[in-house]
Amino acid sequence: MNEFQRRQVKNRIIVVILVGMLCVYLFPIYWMFSTATKTKLDAFSLPPKWVWRPQIENFRNVFYVGAGGALGRVKGIEVKPKPSAFLRQLGNSIIVSFVSTLLATFLGALSGYVFSRMRVRGKDDLLFVILSSRMLPPVVIAIPLVMMYRALGLFDTLFGLIIMYTVFNLAFAVWMMRSFVDDIPIEYEEAALVDGYSRFQAFFKFIFPEMRVGMVATAIFSLIMTWNEFTFSLLLTGERARTAVPSIAHSLGTAGVNWGHIAAGSFLMVLPVVVFTFLLGGNLIRGFTFGAIKE
Amino acid sequence: MAEIVLENVVKNFGKVRALRGVTVEVKDGEFLVLLGPTGAGKTTTLRIVSGLEEPDEGKVYIDGQLMNGVAPRDRNCAFVFQNYILYPHMTVYDNLAFPLRSKLWRVEEDEIRRRIERVARVLKIEHLLRRKPDKLSGGEQQRVALGRAMVRNPRVFLMDEPLSNLDAKLREEMRVELKSLQKNLQATFFFVTHDHVEAMTLGDRVVVLNQGSVMQVGAPEVVYSRPANLFVARFVGTPEINLIPAEVMGETLRCKTMGTTWKLSEIPFFQEVRNIPSRVFMGIRPEDILLGQGDKFGEVYLVEDLGVDKVIRVKTDHTILRVRASQEAQFAVGERVPYLFRTEKLIFFDPVTEKLLG
Repeated sequence: MNEFQRRQVKNRIIVVILVGMLCVYLFPIYWMFSTATKTKLDAFSLPPKWVWRPQIENFRNVFYVGAGGALGRVKGIEVKPKPSAFLRQLGNSIIVSFVSTLLATFLGALSGYVFSRMRVRGKDDLLFVILSSRMLPPVVIAIPLVMMYRALGLFDTLFGLIIMYTVFNLAFAVWMMRSFVDDIPIEYEEAALVDGYSRFQAFFKFIFPEMRVGMVATAIFSLIMTWNEFTFSLLLTGERARTAVPSIAHSLGTAGVNWGHIAAGSFLMVLPVVVFTFLLGGNLIRGFTFGAIKE
Repeated sequence: MAEIVLENVVKNFGKVRALRGVTVEVKDGEFLVLLGPTGAGKTTTLRIVSGLEEPDEGKVYIDGQLMNGVAPRDRNCAFVFQNYILYPHMTVYDNLAFPLRSKLWRVEEDEIRRRIERVARVLKIEHLLRRKPDKLSGGEQQRVALGRAMVRNPRVFLMDEPLSNLDAKLREEMRVELKSLQKNLQATFFFVTHDHVEAMTLGDRVVVLNQGSVMQVGAPEVVYSRPANLFVARFVGTPEINLIPAEVMGETLRCKTMGTTWKLSEIPFFQEVRNIPSRVFMGIRPEDILLGQGDKFGEVYLVEDLGVDKVIRVKTDHTILRVRASQEAQFAVGERVPYLFRTEKLIFFDPVTEKLLG
């Protein structure tokens, strides 16, 4: 075997390994999708069915209450499907995650800039305090938070959730943006200062656009985290402001676990993030490698 | 156009003393080069003139106006950075227009276009105006950076090692262009470099800076032929100056490490200068030693062929002399050669104060 053939064989082995890993990683998604499109019977059959007739019953059940099985006439009464809370909860999810992501990214960009460029008294300590807000498991602060939220009238409001998630994401955003700003040569601003611009103009005209990549990466991370967040949404909301993720778990109802229903809801939740990540994926990768490579 | 005066400027960064009382004057229309090794405080000096840094002590004047506490944008200086700092998200045209678009000047777009076209013509970058900076070569980027400084007719040009990122050939070209540009604009240039060749070729005058203090101010040829102290002597010129410890004993000058002596009457210096300490450092430039003549001998230790000429190291007792010889000179390593010092070129330093004698 010459060098060329050896390399070819090596490449093939790598491909096989990668395909294997891909299968492992994608399996839960396959399982979710299959459970969502199977009937209850098929979903529980052992050994698992690899071929089944897909049906959309579970998806319909996510959006409509009382749709499953009870459609049509029951004892002479027309049963009309009633829209479930899922659509509203999905809307809540969208509002809460987008608004808090925007806020956290913007505020994070500003404070990241300050932490990177200005002389701040006790800078390192402050940064540590900010980071430490991410060290506690949410459950630890949950009970005092619930009490505070109740006292302040923030319980079960979108506004309350937005504040919560903004603060939650801010720590990450500040740290991430600071390292991005660190990588932008300070001379960019200095050139602007010398050439007749104020510090503020210099920032908005020249540094802000340069921070764009960092902000997109930060926004993606924040959005995914907020979108998937479970604990706070579960604890700090009741009926009105609940987001979609805890509501899926909520269907672990008294009438047993409807796995098909859960799978369909979860699948619907995963979809937007996947689409979003694919759309902005290029930026995300640049975000990861930013600073790792010296230009 | 303008003159710059720095008066006793002190700047500390924490415990680091960057500038320890620097006094420099840049005359109107002058090309002044600030020369020094890394960490000498050259860039700090420039940043203090531009207003990016405030001095801890001392005064900065531009055109006789006190500049302490004046914001950078109100000083009307142009700053060319070492790494050019062109805005990557803007075209070359926008990069050039950017100083003019500041609210401070209120220049009409028509006027901006005319000025950019003029500058682009001078710098031969007309064909690049629509491109983004990352599509330009180093030399082109450098021109654009220069153009950005030129468009608004600043009072002074501050240049922080603008040529050091270019390859050797381009650097030489740009050196010539920069010099002719400065003469045509009759502008005041304050230029920082660590490259003494650049300083020699560009500067009307050279300021040598070391560890935050001015070592010498003078015309390039003066700095070269009569360095104010040992530091300047060593820093300026390649190959480095030969510095040999010597002793005055009666009517002779003895160089123990070279194992040789001169009669004082042979050396013009000793006829002109009185009150010479008994121990001195004798300095002689490599080109002021002639090989193949004279009555003193050394052994060829190493021959470096530089193309234009040769640098030959000659060992005499414990000293290795650096000698510049012409390309035609043929010497073999180990060969015994006679050498001759051009005694009128000898300079002497006080070994205690390290200052030039005479």
